[in-house]
Amino acid sequence: MTELSKTGAALGEPAPGNAPDAFLAVRDLKVHFPTDDGLVKSVDGLSFQVEKGKTLCIVGESGSGKSVTSLAIMGLHRLGAQGKHVQMSGEIWLDGKELVSADPDEVRRLRGREMAMIFQDPLSAMHPYYTIGNQIVEAHRVHNDVSKKVARKRAIEMLDRVGIPEPDKRVDGYPHEFSGGMRQRAMIAMALVNNPELLIADEPTTALDVTVQAQILDLIRDLQKEFGSAVVLITHDLGVVAEIADDVLVMYGGRCVERGSVDDVFERPQHPYTWGLLGSMPRIDRETSERLIPVKGQPPSLINVPSGCAFHPRCPYADIPKGDVTRTVRPELQQVGGGHFSACHLSPEDRTRIWTEEIAPKL
Amino acid sequence: MISYILRRTFAAVILLLVVTAVTFAIFFLLPRMAGQTADQLAQQYIGKSPTKADIAAVKQNLGLDEPLYAQYWHFIKGIVSGATYNLGPTTAHCDAPCFGYSFKNHVAVWPQLTSRLPVTVSLAAGAAVMWLVSGVVIGVISALKPRSFFDRTFMGVALAGVSLPMFFTGNLALLLFTYQWPIFGRTYVPFTENPAQWANTLFPAWCSLALLYSAIYARLTRSGMLETMNEDFIRTARAKGLRERNVVARHGLRAALTPIITVFGMDLGLLLGGAVITETVFSLPGIGQYAVQGITDNDLPPILGVTLLAAFFVVIANLLVDLLYAAADPRVRLS
Ligand SMILES: Nc1ncnc2c1ncn2[C@@H]1O[C@H](COP(=O)(O)OP(=O)(O)OP(=O)(O)O)[C@@H](O)[C@H]1O
Ligand code: SF4
Ligand SMILES: [Mg+2]
Repeated sequence: MTELSKTGAALGEPAPGNAPDAFLAVRDLKVHFPTDDGLVKSVDGLSFQVEKGKTLCIVGESGSGKSVTSLAIMGLHRLGAQGKHVQMSGEIWLDGKELVSADPDEVRRLRGREMAMIFQDPLSAMHPYYTIGNQIVEAHRVHNDVSKKVARKRAIEMLDRVGIPEPDKRVDGYPHEFSGGMRQRAMIAMALVNNPELLIADEPTTALDVTVQAQILDLIRDLQKEFGSAVVLITHDLGVVAEIADDVLVMYGGRCVERGSVDDVFERPQHPYTWGLLGSMPRIDRETSERLIPVKGQPPSLINVPSGCAFHPRCPYADIPKGDVTRTVRPELQQVGGGHFSACHLSPEDRTRIWTEEIAPKL
Repeated sequence: MISYILRRTFAAVILLLVVTAVTFAIFFLLPRMAGQTADQLAQQYIGKSPTKADIAAVKQNLGLDEPLYAQYWHFIKGIVSGATYNLGPTTAHCDAPCFGYSFKNHVAVWPQLTSRLPVTVSLAAGAAVMWLVSGVVIGVISALKPRSFFDRTFMGVALAGVSLPMFFTGNLALLLFTYQWPIFGRTYVPFTENPAQWANTLFPAWCSLALLYSAIYARLTRSGMLETMNEDFIRTARAKGLRERNVVARHGLRAALTPIITVFGMDLGLLLGGAVITETVFSLPGIGQYAVQGITDNDLPPILGVTLLAAFFVVIANLLVDLLYAAADPRVRLS
């Protein structure tokens, strides 16, 4: 409890249980899955917030819990056959309503209306047997008491808005008849049909051609400006982050290791894992051989999470902090600047020195 | 679409001709290859202690000494324009479509088939409705609560249902509900005569047959639903804020049922060619029972007729299933 309130205080947020000022606020979120191999701690104490009109990018390698986090906000873990077994705790505040403890049907009514989601692979994310139009109509009519005709008009309008040519014809097409980029546009149209105030996009461009990726990101950015919604964008493409994010959250092993404004994280990163990520970022102005230096080692097990700092088996600086502290004590998020947090035992002096002397010159 | 159907129909006709040829060959060529002479074949059609002249006459009249292709040709011709068989003192006429003539019982095959078909259709259709509904419902509930008490119980029952032979379940049902406690009728009554009596007699047979199939369908549905409910588009449907029951019905079932329709069409097609064991156990005068009679009497024309009819249903079912599938899954292109 003391630990919690300390963290809360450090984050400059009201005490747990009270509605925060932020539009979306996630506090100490935990999502655990019991499996035959053990308890998978996919998300283990995550906190962040997003204001309307702002974009938060969540980055981190595969398996760090990005998708689980986004599905948790949408309340999608609790559904279906596995839903009963999922263990969720913490708080998710959306526009003053707490969702983790809320009645599932109440969360359902928010889904698709106040919060909507775009998925990675639009082909598999759309029902193969229904036309694009019918799927958008369905999304609209769940939350709006309108006739099919009105909803269809709305669907065509949305398809037009996301840049699909001849929307009055394409509305009757099936997902497989669309190109990848057009499908993702249609998916976006479907997500935005009810003007949601929160849009979550889970790697919306990963499955697309490079040329199309930029267009889709532009579209998301334009729509955000137009509707003033809050956007949570999940990606492992730091190039995208640099372009689109207001804030960045770096996840490692189900926890946040660094969080801050996009400038903080790119210009003054304060965590060795973030340094590693930045080092692996492809740069057009570099030689191919220099470009990709992936973070060495394996992602951590989420069942037997490494003791102390979960990153310590892969961290080149694990031995710098005195004693056994990196291996025995889990570092909590510490404020390292206005709105900038990092979870690392390195002293501020060490961090600044390593970043300016060893890392930054090589990027 | 129209041209596809025409082409498929044409292909179906060709296929049926091939099936006829092969069946014909099996029934008329194999015995010869096994060493039976035309004389021996002819002998079957005459009573005890035939004379040489009798045999020769039968051989001549039935064309048994003709080459096989000529016999086949006669058979096909009979289907189109009927046939007349010269049986020594008498002649037997077999109207078109003539699918052979049973010399043992002195009846043409086709009228037998048409009069027995309603029985088989009654049996198959009633059982099909039962197994489809029960199988799908049980499969869906099991899939929605996998490893629950319901799931385990019904999958256990399903396993038993698949493994228990019709001889067992059918006879048990007969013993208990027709003889021990005579709730159900014993002799088949046509639907047109008395629908209530019709259903009453068929009910135990429907149940026994449905048990066998619904077990299979429950397992099919369960695995299909389990797979479908993990699909990305289900997550999307939930993300829209749909109620879970609509997610299951409109998105899950819609996708999971489509392949089941295929299996269903084929199973039904197969059954229409005669539910041999069920009809035998429940003494239903259907196509299957006719085939069994033909076999026990060593009477080739009925067997050939039933085989062809069964092949016809399978081919038609195949065609319908393909059309249905294309209608159900827009990704399938008919070409
Ligand atoms: N339903 C579940 N049951 C058990 N484990 C799960 C479940 N869902 C996710 N996980 C585990 O949680 C971890 C985090 O998964 P998640 O999908 O959030 O990763 P991610 O950060 O989105 O990775 P990627 O970049 O590959 O999409 C993974 O190890 C995954 O195996
Ligand atoms: S706490 Fe230690 S191991 Fe973890 S990132 Fe910092 S230096 Fe590396
Ligand atoms: Mg993911």
